[in-house]
Amino acid sequence: MLHYIGKRLLHLIPVLLGMTFVVFLIIRAIPGDPAQVILGQQATEQAMAALRAKLGLDNPWYVQYFEYLKGLLTGDLGESLRTAQAISSEVWPYLAATFELAIFAMILAVIIGMNAGIISAWFQNSWFDYVAMIIALIGVSMPIFWLGLLEQWVFSINLGWLPTSGREEVRDPINAITNFYLIDTLIQGRFDQFVVAIKHLILPGIALATIPTAIIARMTRSSMLEVMRSDYVRTARAKGQKMFIVIYKHALKNALIPVLTVIGLQLGMLLGGAILTETIFSWPGIGRYIYEAIGYRDYPVIQSGILIVAFIFVMINLIVDILYTVIDSRIKYN
Amino acid sequence: MSELASKQIVAQEKVAGPWKEAWRSFRKSKAALFGLAIVTFFIIIAFIGPLVAPFGMNDQVLSNRLQPPSAEHWFGTDDLGRDIFSRVLYGARISLTVGFSAVLLSAVMGSFLGIIAGYYGRWIDTIISRIFDIMLAFPSILLAIAVVSILGPSLQNALIAIAIINVPTFGRLIRSRVLMIKQEEYIVAARAIGMKNSRILWNHILPNSMTPVIVQGTLAIATAIIEAAALGFLGLGAVAPQAEWGKMLADARVYFINAPWAMVFPGISIMLTVIGFNLMGDGLRDALDPKMKN
Repeated sequence: MLHYIGKRLLHLIPVLLGMTFVVFLIIRAIPGDPAQVILGQQATEQAMAALRAKLGLDNPWYVQYFEYLKGLLTGDLGESLRTAQAISSEVWPYLAATFELAIFAMILAVIIGMNAGIISAWFQNSWFDYVAMIIALIGVSMPIFWLGLLEQWVFSINLGWLPTSGREEVRDPINAITNFYLIDTLIQGRFDQFVVAIKHLILPGIALATIPTAIIARMTRSSMLEVMRSDYVRTARAKGQKMFIVIYKHALKNALIPVLTVIGLQLGMLLGGAILTETIFSWPGIGRYIYEAIGYRDYPVIQSGILIVAFIFVMINLIVDILYTVIDSRIKYN
Repeated sequence: MSELASKQIVAQEKVAGPWKEAWRSFRKSKAALFGLAIVTFFIIIAFIGPLVAPFGMNDQVLSNRLQPPSAEHWFGTDDLGRDIFSRVLYGARISLTVGFSAVLLSAVMGSFLGIIAGYYGRWIDTIISRIFDIMLAFPSILLAIAVVSILGPSLQNALIAIAIINVPTFGRLIRSRVLMIKQEEYIVAARAIGMKNSRILWNHILPNSMTPVIVQGTLAIATAIIEAAALGFLGLGAVAPQAEWGKMLADARVYFINAPWAMVFPGISIMLTVIGFNLMGDGLRDALDPKMKN
């Protein structure tokens, strides 16, 4: 097992190096003079020279790359051109906001998706099965940014049930400790703010959860159908056990392995989906951080933002792969 | 002609070709036929949309701003008094062109790299496979954003970005197929008689690896349409005044409190097109290559 993990980590090294190179190219591959593109047509020669020196664009590309790598290894993600702050020091609140949203969305997706899949398999070819699978098809085909707008229109503007955007009430800001607002409000005993934080999470959470919910529901259904045809399930039923027990105690355990893989993969995919959801709901997460940087042509932030998300994405996939082999001992470690 | 020979001819006529067989299987699925009908409908719209649209794509009547759906403007008007129905019709051409072109481009690039990697193996395979690994290490929309950040925002660059991010999916698919096919006896025989590698690749390996590409291509068009709309929505794809559905949604976002219809119809169009390609892709997969389901 340790040998397998070691091998996977070794395999990761070229991937991580390649990722840093792709991200490094973002500024260097801009057609023309990157300094001119960043500062605009009106920029003076002096300002452009200063920016070139700051970004190290005067050196040969391989020197620039090694400098960039050296910086990354020491935790230096560069400096934002807009705020003049070190990216490594300002990125955490954004990351925490994205994690909170992604975890909330994943909890929704797992609870709804798995139960919908189980009930669909249980009552195969019933009206529930058909409706659930049609909703799942719509879920995977619906652009989440459109769903987000529809949610805002129905639940915020027309019904007034939930806030349109943001993470907190502007008039009563949450005192950030960990930057996970649900935790912070509980630590401080501010249950009123906890409710506010939950209310702000619901709409973006649902938008972000739509695709994973649909995929988890489909996967759970097909996996359950396969398991329910097996002998041990038939035996359990023949022994007169209640269908609920048969499904949730016996069948689900074995149907869970492929579902868990999908859940892991979807958790990584949520990070990509977050950029759209965060833009619609003005959620101050890493996706919005990157999106705003694009508007300001803040290339160091675009680079580091993309690198951080890709790094987390790769790590989640690695953990899922390792967990997969731990859960299912039939899978060999080679 | 002997009796045996004539029987053989009759038997050959009765055995349907693989495509006919696939169509027979495809036809059995109502969902797949429904998907095909939706896709055909939108393809027709893409061709004839500009001819049947009651107004021009950018005809502005400022006195008609933000009008709700009516007999004159079926889908209402936007903030510049443009007819949304006409713009949705024009948008079908843009979205489908981007979807088809991006997928065609990525299928060609991915197939080329996948075939080379799978057939030649060794260091070529290692390099190409590592490049695929690196590309797949990024969430696709982020990689597209990275590409557009380099090239600059435009519909054409969005198309290139979408094509690039889909290359590894096709590449890996073809590579694994080629690894299987190159062990087949007819390929070994072709090598044994001294056939050139280029001829083996072009005449034997490529045609026999195309089935998964067709299936994946159909499903990828659905994703490509959503990705193009997402880039348009983020302001990294189509630019004003192009009637791309994602860009229309981004514009409608500013005034959707007063004119919700401006975001409803482009969104429905994206969703229906994507459902169509997904259903058709699933049907094609079951008909052509059921193993892909796993």
